[in-house]
Amino acid sequence: MATQGGHGTARRQMTGLRGLERRTKVGACILAVLVLVALFAPVIAPHNPEAISGNLVLGAPDAAHPFGSDALGRDVLSRVMFAFRVSLAVAAGSVVLALIIGTAIGLTAGYFGGWVDTLLMRPIEMLLALPALLLAVSLIAIVGPGSLVATLAIAIIYLPIIARVVRGSALVVSAQPYVEAARARGSSHPATMLRHVLPNAAPPALVQASVLMGFALQIEAALSFLGLGAQPPTSSLGLMLSDGRDVLSQAPWVEVFPGLAIAVTVLAFNLFGDGLRGRLDPGRATR
Amino acid sequence: MNARLRFTSLRIALTVPVLLLMSVFVFMMIHLVPGDPVRTMLGFRATPANVRQVTSSLGLDKPLPQQYLDWLGSALHGDLGQDYISHESLTHLLAQSLPVTLELTLVSMTLAVLVGIPLGVQAATGRRWVRRLTEGFVVAGISIPDFWLGIMLVLLFTGTLGLLPPSGYVPFTQDPALNLRYMLLPVVTLAVAETAYILRTTRGAMEEVLDRPFITYLQAKGVRRFTLMFRHALRNASVPIATVIGIQFGVLLGGAIVVETLFALPGVGRLVVTAINQRNYPVVQAGVLAIAALFLLVNLITDLVIGLLDPRVADGAGQ
Amino acid sequence: MSAPLLELQDFSVAYRTQHQPVSAVSGVSLAVNEREIVGLVGESGCGKSTLSLAIMGLLPTATRISGSITFAGRDLSMLNEEETRQLRGDRISMIFQDPMTSLDPTFSIGSQVAEVITAHRRVSAAAAQSRAIDLLREVGIPDPAARYYDPPHRFSGGMRQRVVIAAALANEPALLLADEPTTALDVTIQAQILTLLRDLRGRHETAIMLITHDLGVVAQTCDRVGVMYAGQLVETASVGELFSAPRHPYTQALLAALPTTEHSPGSLRVIDGRVPDLTDPPDGCRFAPRCPHAMPECRAVPPLAADTDGHQVACWLDPLTRAAAGGTGSSGAGDSPPLGAEHE
Repeated sequence: MATQGGHGTARRQMTGLRGLERRTKVGACILAVLVLVALFAPVIAPHNPEAISGNLVLGAPDAAHPFGSDALGRDVLSRVMFAFRVSLAVAAGSVVLALIIGTAIGLTAGYFGGWVDTLLMRPIEMLLALPALLLAVSLIAIVGPGSLVATLAIAIIYLPIIARVVRGSALVVSAQPYVEAARARGSSHPATMLRHVLPNAAPPALVQASVLMGFALQIEAALSFLGLGAQPPTSSLGLMLSDGRDVLSQAPWVEVFPGLAIAVTVLAFNLFGDGLRGRLDPGRATR
Repeated sequence: MNARLRFTSLRIALTVPVLLLMSVFVFMMIHLVPGDPVRTMLGFRATPANVRQVTSSLGLDKPLPQQYLDWLGSALHGDLGQDYISHESLTHLLAQSLPVTLELTLVSMTLAVLVGIPLGVQAATGRRWVRRLTEGFVVAGISIPDFWLGIMLVLLFTGTLGLLPPSGYVPFTQDPALNLRYMLLPVVTLAVAETAYILRTTRGAMEEVLDRPFITYLQAKGVRRFTLMFRHALRNASVPIATVIGIQFGVLLGGAIVVETLFALPGVGRLVVTAINQRNYPVVQAGVLAIAALFLLVNLITDLVIGLLDPRVADGAGQ
Repeated sequence: MSAPLLELQDFSVAYRTQHQPVSAVSGVSLAVNEREIVGLVGESGCGKSTLSLAIMGLLPTATRISGSITFAGRDLSMLNEEETRQLRGDRISMIFQDPMTSLDPTFSIGSQVAEVITAHRRVSAAAAQSRAIDLLREVGIPDPAARYYDPPHRFSGGMRQRVVIAAALANEPALLLADEPTTALDVTIQAQILTLLRDLRGRHETAIMLITHDLGVVAQTCDRVGVMYAGQLVETASVGELFSAPRHPYTQALLAALPTTEHSPGSLRVIDGRVPDLTDPPDGCRFAPRCPHAMPECRAVPPLAADTDGHQVACWLDPLTRAAAGGTGSSGAGDSPPLGAEHE
């Protein structure tokens, strides 16, 4: 007999808890591999990324050069590995910086509340009013291009997000009785913040940070692509993408693989972060 | 209706101070440059005489507040100053480049909405394989760098298939068909990531709405499934979707900067990037201000639309 | 006697979950006649809401159903989705417990009444609107023509429930399922809504199945009553008979537990024990573990048996049940003759 449909057909069941965990695990695995590649690139890269070779110019991928070779005969795989180091370093550096500064601001704002909160968070929120890349581009316009500037610029873009998340948790945690109790026991403000509020307010920020890593990587690539990030001779993935356009029709692999590297890395971060966030607080839209 | 009018005017009024603040920030850009901005601009041509001349012509020797007021004053009169290299009027430059950026971003966003929302509804309610497929698309769309996608598309459509031009631009008013040929790849490039975000948000919002009691009640009324999904559920889900569209427009503007550079489209984004490389600060200022103002405008419209979609917002009676 | 409008025969519903299935309704046989107000009473979780959802076809897909539901001669389980949709809101309507969440907050109340009309009838939007305004007036919404355009959040709970009722009756359904329609409202409003329902039954000739846990509501409004416990239907009778001469131990205990002015203040009679876990219900009569008169026979499901007045009871203590089972104490679990309302 036909089971009564109705309410059931309005929405199918979602993948259960197992699906979420799987996502995080897969992401974590890929990330582990990527991080190892980045860390040990000098050791595991098959060739010297700067080694120019006349007869290997624009060689198609083969056993010796799995990613092919570029206009100067350089091995693309090795170049990708080293460029990946740079891109990852910028992304990681910016997120860590955003995490540190954003947490400090958010923690203080959430802990003290009142006018301190307003004073700190208003300018932070104004930063959020501008589109991310535009802000980065503006900052670099002022200071001049380079990896370091890019790191700083990206950190500035993302610290408001971290600050907001931390502030939210800090507000809630600071209102808890055990925090009051700590103060009553004579714990100073900084000590209370660090020992009691921070450990409880931090986790959502860390989850957010893992997702932001992916975005930071993309922005770094975009900035380098525009010539505003890593400057030659340092090579980042974005820069490789810009260079690869010149030989696109003759040797597409020079363009394909750096982009693929970015895509896979961002994918891994997204999987990892999404899965974590699902655990922590389901139903929140990302940036 | 009175409450709605009040809500609308309030929202518009709030935009003004933000715009002013932004103008201050943009104005300050040239003054935040380490060292002497004029020296940086002139580069090797920075003889003391030249420096003095450019400084006074740009009005940089006057006290800061006065500079700002002068700048603001002439801006409101439609004079944003001059490109110091080419001495072209900045207003003219913007008037030429803004339509390009507008076309690019608006068409991309429209495409993303037209594809993303129905797919999102399907993803929330459809069969298992539909959900899996859309999930995969979402993940790919968010992870793949848009400019790389653009390049891959060029590779495919220009290099291999030879169907579409890799770069160039013709105004719509001049030759609509050709304009669309040039814009097709850039628009698709930007739209893919946007579609992914909109799809994901729509799916999430729909799933949340479909769990609510009034949906069961609608079914009890015997309302057709299409009506239930697209008239009722979607409308209730539209606030988070509209919010995301507003936020994503900002991301889109950023992406437009890169895509314009990639496809050599003469929009504001490419204008800014070129100007940065030339240390052409006045142009950078004007371009950034234009993009920021555009973003604010879109956000304002989004907020007003949200007020329209959900009567509770306008009434202030949140539930 | 004409055939009943709605007839459930040995109807069971089990929810499939990650763990054990939940047996929410077990072997219920019940009938509702035209223009009758039948109350379905029982504590939370006894399966009465599940029953109403099942009739409407609104149960989640992960449920196992057995038995039959017949409405106006049609077997509801044989209908496809479109046919079921056509019935809902047109021949069978349902109103729910919480009026604050029943209506779509983004549309005007008037349009939500009009839409149930246009979903089932080929009429113009203007005609539907005008009929909706009439309905709103009938249920007591003041200034209906103007307030047609107001969104739900501008109305109180009682008013919203009236709107819901207006929409439910728009197409003159033969049967209205009312799932705890007054539980979320305060007592004065409750009385108004119940009176409204009775009036509307008179004017529109609609049968009503009124689901509630409140015996007072039943006494006020219903013609007949069914008592459910832990998914089983234990007794049905006319309202007068149920209150004056209850036959099932559970019904008797329920009535005894009602606070009255006779008992000394501060001593409320309660029923010892707890409702059984429906993932692992007891065999046979599910009230047995709490029943002061439980016997070994109670491990088999007692069939629902009726006397000449249509008073039905399912209890091994009762001679009716013993007679229906053929004199012996046990019959197979799940056996129950179809409702005895047909006894001439």
